[in-house]
Amino acid sequence: MSAGLVAEQLLNGLQFGVMLFLMSAGLTLVFGVMGLINLAHGSLYMVGAYAAALVAGWTGSFWAGLAASLMAAAIAGALVEMVVLRRLYRRDHLDQVLATFALILMFSEGTRWLFGAFPLYLNVPASLSGTVLLPMGIVYSKYRLAIIVCGMAVALGLFILIGRTRLGVRIRAGQSDRQMIAALGVDIATLYTVVFALGAALAGLAGALVGAIQSVEVGMGEPVLILAFVVIVIGGIGSIKGALVGAILVGMTDTMGRFLLPVMFKNFMDGATASSVGSALASMLIYIVMATVLIFRPSGLYGKPA
Amino acid sequence: MMSREHLVNAIVIALLVLVPLLALVLDEPYLITLATRVSILAMAGVGLNLALGYGGLVSLGHAAFFGVGGYVTGILASHALNYEPIMQTPWMIQGSTEMPVIWICAALVCGVLALLIGALSLRTTGVYFIMITLAFAQMLYYFSISWPTYGGEDGLSVYLRNTFPGLNTMNGIHFFAISFAWLLAALWLSSALVQSRFGLALQAARQNPVRVAAVGIAPYKVQLTAFVISGVITGVAGALYTDLNRFVSPSVLSWHTSGEIMVFVILGGVARLVGPLVGAAVFIILEQSLGGISENWQFWLGALLIVVVLHARGGVMGFLAPENGHA
Amino acid sequence: MRKRTVNALGVALATSLTAALPTLAQAETVKVGMITTLSGGGSGLGIDVRDGFLLAITGSDDIELIIEDDQRKPDVAVQIADKMIQSDKVDVLTGIIFSNLAMAVVPAAVNQGKFYLSPNAGPSALAGKGCHENYFNVAWQNDNLHEAAGGYANSAGHANSFILAPNYPAGKDALTGYKRYYTGKLAGELYTKLGQTDYAAEIAQIRASDADSVYFFLPGGMGISFMKQWSQSGIELPVIGPAFSFDQGILSAVGDAALGVRNTSQWSKDLDNEANRKFVADFQAQYGRLPSLYASQGYDTGKLLLSAMSKASVNDADAFRTALEAADFASTRGSFAFDSSHHPIQDIYVREVVREGDVLTNTIVSRALEQHSNVYAAECAM
Repeated sequence: MSAGLVAEQLLNGLQFGVMLFLMSAGLTLVFGVMGLINLAHGSLYMVGAYAAALVAGWTGSFWAGLAASLMAAAIAGALVEMVVLRRLYRRDHLDQVLATFALILMFSEGTRWLFGAFPLYLNVPASLSGTVLLPMGIVYSKYRLAIIVCGMAVALGLFILIGRTRLGVRIRAGQSDRQMIAALGVDIATLYTVVFALGAALAGLAGALVGAIQSVEVGMGEPVLILAFVVIVIGGIGSIKGALVGAILVGMTDTMGRFLLPVMFKNFMDGATASSVGSALASMLIYIVMATVLIFRPSGLYGKPA
Repeated sequence: MMSREHLVNAIVIALLVLVPLLALVLDEPYLITLATRVSILAMAGVGLNLALGYGGLVSLGHAAFFGVGGYVTGILASHALNYEPIMQTPWMIQGSTEMPVIWICAALVCGVLALLIGALSLRTTGVYFIMITLAFAQMLYYFSISWPTYGGEDGLSVYLRNTFPGLNTMNGIHFFAISFAWLLAALWLSSALVQSRFGLALQAARQNPVRVAAVGIAPYKVQLTAFVISGVITGVAGALYTDLNRFVSPSVLSWHTSGEIMVFVILGGVARLVGPLVGAAVFIILEQSLGGISENWQFWLGALLIVVVLHARGGVMGFLAPENGHA
Repeated sequence: MRKRTVNALGVALATSLTAALPTLAQAETVKVGMITTLSGGGSGLGIDVRDGFLLAITGSDDIELIIEDDQRKPDVAVQIADKMIQSDKVDVLTGIIFSNLAMAVVPAAVNQGKFYLSPNAGPSALAGKGCHENYFNVAWQNDNLHEAAGGYANSAGHANSFILAPNYPAGKDALTGYKRYYTGKLAGELYTKLGQTDYAAEIAQIRASDADSVYFFLPGGMGISFMKQWSQSGIELPVIGPAFSFDQGILSAVGDAALGVRNTSQWSKDLDNEANRKFVADFQAQYGRLPSLYASQGYDTGKLLLSAMSKASVNDADAFRTALEAADFASTRGSFAFDSSHHPIQDIYVREVVREGDVLTNTIVSRALEQHSNVYAAECAM
């Protein structure tokens, strides 16, 4: 095993983590500000990917597709928030889980209704196609590198937005005391819709970015949704910083586990069995990490104690 | 004197018996299968309702118990059918096709599992509790897919239902009788528990853990006990479900199963005795009837669930027998 | 669970399909229950099988067909089977796409005296010790296409393959099947998580190995993801796969990344026989899309059923079974016969993904295995 391969896998873990961050940021914001558990966040990811694939198909431009994914997911998010979810903020988690579970059914079946059962086509733009040579002799996909850069930029932008802007002040105020911001004369309904649309747009962006190198199909959001929940629970629900740390941790754990566990097991069993056992353990690894974190820190790494 | 709730409960349970009897007369064996399915799923819901409804422990991981109970049945039966002992050292353990033996094993295994998961998960609360229970179920799900001994993703076929002394379990109405008896037992246990001192402590711990602790009851112990009983009930339901389908596969461990059991409870009415039964029945009826109307029935099911959450709090039971404000 | 009763005649297939209808020995209707995946993930396969089957039985008014959606859930499939057997009293079941669903439904159904015609899944358990006189597989035993790929790898001169598949029974069967015929060394063997969509870690390991070829079995969306990421990796090794990842339904989603890939299949749209030419033309005329492997399997299943119905009554189980065993129908694959375990004996081809106009499709390159049966048949006591 060369140092170059290990470094490349670390990059892969980082890229996976950054993608998870885009998904988790919206989820954790929505929970932090509105106290809402949104299981349908994965559907917004799917909406983004579908919008990107359709618009890129019509216009022939990946970038137009990317813009469309942000718009479509934000609009879908705002609509869902205004029609259904805003009635659920004061309800207990149980009602929220059920209603958003129902939304998943509607989004998935509705998408299949409109666009059929077969996966759609979305490809990497020509300018980001192919590979670059990085130090240590790593040959790395340009597109994956672009995802890392884009995700980092979004993370930075989000920290600035929350730490330095008027909207950010309101969001933070909403997180700490919902009654207070109402008293300060902030239009809460609009604030909530904006926050929700922002989270949705980030999920849509993640869907479009990932859709170019994965399969754009109904149900693509569910596995990612569960991972995103793992991320925000590890990081502490409501904390953007926690989401970033949790996302990188989960991305690294998953990638390195898949890579290293089979290699480790090969020391004391034959190739096929080692690969199979290693892979089985790797697929459970992030849940083991999550359970461990929660046992020692019941509110996640950066969460406020309950 | 019979309150309105008692009346509704009695009618619901009577209906569940009448449908298969009617089906017997009309020679519609599939209706018996459906009624059996409702009984078993309702029993899983009764288990969850104890933790979720009365204890306020929102578990999104009850598929773990349902699935493990199912696998206990599948594993014991497959060993017995192949004449292979499960283990020889240090003790000789044989498989079995006797339902009572299987039920005891399923209850024990799920009890220990619930004790482990509960002991760790109850350190957290709220959303964290939802997510950590989900995480444990997902671990078992991925394990069951990749563990080749019992079929992995392909699952495990039992071919013939396990046996119960004096009954022919392959006969639909006999197996319905067994499932229905279990549902009644679970309902009785749940009702007795809720009215006992333990049940009162559990509900108090949901509403105000600090006050409960102040009167000298440890909320943790009460909640853990409830979680274990809840897991055992759901686990035995899982064992029956394998016998119903004569098959078990990792899909019973998936988070969709947890979600569906939760839907039964909420649709029927949280913390209502027969809520899970009403919920499971309505769900199956919807599945069977909407499926005939529209190709995209899941879309309409979703829409209906949203309407229920938004406008019919308390579920179907809240509509049939409104609570008179004591809760 | 969606329900639809289709009288074959009532399916208004507005084409000039005049299927050479065999003169029917008797006018009784056969009740057929089709359990297949029509919603959620994998529904593309079920839709193709259904459409192929419907096309095959167009014009026959002796089949009463009930179609229901299994949602790719084993317990739902079992319930539908129970309903079809107990309530609808069907004679023949068919349609299941996925092996785990077949394992849930088939043993119980055939033990209750029903015939099962598999248009897709062929788990080894049903070919070997678990074979049954009423179970007929019209597609392939699960290992077949992988065995053919192993054989092709030898003839293509590959001596150091890197192989990968998801960590579940069909994935293990796939790699076992490949290794059964492949004689070279293995540069690596990986099992990935079922449903995994990111293959960066695996591709990095392939790059770091000294492999001269890659064989993968990643059905559905997994294969689309892998191929897209593979094409971005800049690795120039030849890739081989079974037809599942390069079939008509998903090629357009993979895009140019699939061009030139060799894949193994028992069927191809350009197979030169009369039955196939007619099938391809009729399917396009009827549904406005190119047929897939799965559609051809559904079509052959329908034609097999019709051939048996023309010879024997379904109420005479022994005679009907003998009629099915004869496989006396014009298969889209040309030559087709059943072996002793009721699985196909057929040729398996190597196809290459090419561009025809603005659609991607497959063309036959060579024949990988001739008159191939399955290794489990020897264990079948029938």
